[in-house]
Amino acid sequence: MTSTKTPPKPAYRDSTPRRVVAFGRNTWRGLTSMRTALMLLFLLALAAMPGALLPQRSLNAPKTADYIAAHGWWGTLLDRLQFFDVYSSIWFSAIYLLLMVSLVGCLTPRTRDYVRSMRAKPVLTPRNLSRMPHFLQAPRTASVDEVIEAARARLKGWRIAEREEDGGARTISAERGYLRETGNLLFHFGMLGLIVAFALGKMYSYEGQVIVQANGSEFCNGGIYAYDSFNPGLRVDGTELEPFCVKVNDFSAQYTPENQPVAYLAPIEYQSGADLQNNVWKPYLLEVNSPLRTAGDRVYLLGNGYSPTFTVTYPNGEERTQTIQWATTDPATHLAEGATKFDPPGVTDAVERRTKQLAITGLLAPTPLVQGGVLTSVAPQLDNPMVAVDVLRGDLGLDAGRSQSIFSVDQSMVDDGRLKRVARQNLAVDESITLDDGTKIRFDGVGKWVSLQVSHDPTQVYVLGFAIAMFVGLGASLLIKRRRMWIRVSPADSGEGGTVVQVGGLARTDQAGYGEEFNRIADELISGEKRKK
Amino acid sequence: MPVNETLSQYSDWSFTTATAIYLLALVFFLIEQSFGVKGRRAAERSATRVRELVGAGGPSTASEPVEPPPAAPSREAGRAERIGRMGVALTVLGLLLHVCALVLRGLAVDRWPWGNMYEYIMAVTLIAVASWLFVLRKFPVRHLSGFMLLPVVILMFVNGTLLYTVAAPVQPALQSYWLVIHVSAAIIASGVFMVPGVASICYLFRSAHERDPRKFAKFAPKLPAADVLDRVAYRATVLAFPLFTFGVLCGAVWAESAWGRFWGWDPKETTAFVAWVVYAAYLHSRATAGWRGTRAALINIIGFAVMVFNLFFVNLVTTGFHSYAGLG
Ligand code: HEM
Repeated sequence: MTSTKTPPKPAYRDSTPRRVVAFGRNTWRGLTSMRTALMLLFLLALAAMPGALLPQRSLNAPKTADYIAAHGWWGTLLDRLQFFDVYSSIWFSAIYLLLMVSLVGCLTPRTRDYVRSMRAKPVLTPRNLSRMPHFLQAPRTASVDEVIEAARARLKGWRIAEREEDGGARTISAERGYLRETGNLLFHFGMLGLIVAFALGKMYSYEGQVIVQANGSEFCNGGIYAYDSFNPGLRVDGTELEPFCVKVNDFSAQYTPENQPVAYLAPIEYQSGADLQNNVWKPYLLEVNSPLRTAGDRVYLLGNGYSPTFTVTYPNGEERTQTIQWATTDPATHLAEGATKFDPPGVTDAVERRTKQLAITGLLAPTPLVQGGVLTSVAPQLDNPMVAVDVLRGDLGLDAGRSQSIFSVDQSMVDDGRLKRVARQNLAVDESITLDDGTKIRFDGVGKWVSLQVSHDPTQVYVLGFAIAMFVGLGASLLIKRRRMWIRVSPADSGEGGTVVQVGGLARTDQAGYGEEFNRIADELISGEKRKK
Repeated sequence: MPVNETLSQYSDWSFTTATAIYLLALVFFLIEQSFGVKGRRAAERSATRVRELVGAGGPSTASEPVEPPPAAPSREAGRAERIGRMGVALTVLGLLLHVCALVLRGLAVDRWPWGNMYEYIMAVTLIAVASWLFVLRKFPVRHLSGFMLLPVVILMFVNGTLLYTVAAPVQPALQSYWLVIHVSAAIIASGVFMVPGVASICYLFRSAHERDPRKFAKFAPKLPAADVLDRVAYRATVLAFPLFTFGVLCGAVWAESAWGRFWGWDPKETTAFVAWVVYAAYLHSRATAGWRGTRAALINIIGFAVMVFNLFFVNLVTTGFHSYAGLG
């Protein structure tokens, strides 16, 4: 694009600064040409596509890792080239930055032209109207002034300019559809604003997920530590989160007879702002599609599941009870899997403690079916739930400094023989297992948990505003039509009074369909009467 | 919300019958199309007609004859004309049944009938046929109807066999008035986009033939002139594009309250973005020297291909928030 025309220059004028300026100007022209914008649009479409075809880290990190592992050098190469982070990749950003530059470069002169054309009067009536694409002519008995008067009334809503010509003729030039260009500029500026607001949003937003037991447990937006996972924007360090608290009182799911979910409801209470000091809780019914909006943040009900309660009675009579969420492995039947871990009470010696830690792992079936001793679930609702558990004793590896999943035990401890299975049994509610050392484990029942997401995005309302501006502008720029209309009324040559009326028309956009419209208006202008459609 | 099995059954029957009637209409249109003389005559007529539409023919529009002087119609041409009209009548009948199928489905499940892929495609094809009938009133392109009905019949056949989903209520995430707004916009836009898609494909054949009359010599002369096809494609796109934009916009607003963010590069969102950019490129290409005509038509076809990809590949192959196809 820069190579187009470099006229042969006399050597003495070929100074370096000049060449730099020329290069800059040519680059700018190339970049802001419609053709380049078109290519950039294509590149943008092409570059966005891998994001739909390949797993993306920001959406699903484990799946991305699996994909890379499964595809060897190819996966690694794609990863290096940022194909798993398409929308934050250098190449994607480069394309859209270029498109922005191109957009600005093309909007600047257009805005200037626009301002000029908004002030300008409709163009002079051409001398020879019959050369226009649309033309009608007819004699009238009314006077020039009368015809012009009526035409002016008919052209209400058009921008008009009247002129007098030699020989007593008068003309009106009229133009309509200026809003088209307004709409077009609104659309493009809206797009510019949207991109900027979107990018700012990526810097100042955050999103955090947390699981809360639906038994009156509380969650407070105090800091990153309160979350199970937290994705901050580039400019968020987690120290200045807007404080609010949520208390999840209950959760219920409704299902059809075919076990299809139809409603999830979590009655919660929350406090923010002054309520935090006064300890006032406000009620809210949290549902899918209706997040809690408070303190500039939104709280969503994302998921739900079950938490079995186990009570361990140690040989010395001490009791420990825990209710921990297990992970739903089958969304259709809510079969869950997890690990509830216990530290022996009153044991201070680290070595001894590491021989006596307990883990209850296995499956939880809300509506159980046992076939050949194997437990499955047949429905997602709680209906005499059962668990099938392995009890493991020994060293859970909690002191090893490695973080471990709350849903499973550290398998390397089992492989090393430091964590041994000491029992395996199916339990209904209130049933228990007694271990060889007299420890008793009772399955007390099942509670519910919900997973909540807290989202913070200070710019999203601006994004919405710009998007609406874009949409309105788009509608105007595509659907409004620019039309020109001229009428010339001259005294008839015969000198017996009466006039000749000429009407010419030009469609500046979207010519098709102007024919009929022109004929109708021209007819009314000539006859001076309003016609029914 | 129990499902009314009887109504659902009637809906299925209506749908199947509508498909069969479209197929019959398709055959009628192909017969009309195959009358060589007639096809050429229709193409000529549309060429004259478009001169009038564009208004570029001469200084005065009012005085120009709209129809060419009626040549003494041969018996064969008269029969073709009748068959073509019957095709249109059949299409209208099919459309009525199609509407019944959709309405009954909605009544059967007591909600808006676009909660899964089967219902979605049922609605998209309905809009496609309806917009085609609308185009027929404005442009002399009846003998193209076969090309329009072909993808419709294929889609409906695939829909009724492979994608069929029993009537059922929808999951909580879909229980929102945004379902009506967002999905309706997407349906209407997709249905209307089908018209420029088909017109642009025909355009490629016809313009290749106009450049080199030896190419597609048998088939292309029966198509309307390239500028009619171009105009049909443009007018339909200009209507569908803002609708599509509106649909994407509403999708974002809904995503904000359903999924926790208004835009997250979910596969369906990404592909909608790509389609949007491609159609924007189409609109720009028509204002760019050297890109009008064939290239613009190609871009429009790519746009429609992306829409189809979004419907099938993204629903059936990838997983994302939009995995509501109901084909678990
Ligand atoms: C994502 C990027 C863009 C989108 C989605 C977009 C979209 C649109 C749309 C829908 C129209 C209306 C077309 C019509 O009137 O037929 C339009 C018109 C226009 N756009 Fe863009 N645009 C984009 C970027 C750009 C850029 C970068 C430029 C300049 C280099 C540009 C220049 C224009 C011009 C000159 C028109 C008027 C075309 C005409 O006269 O019809 N656009 N744009």
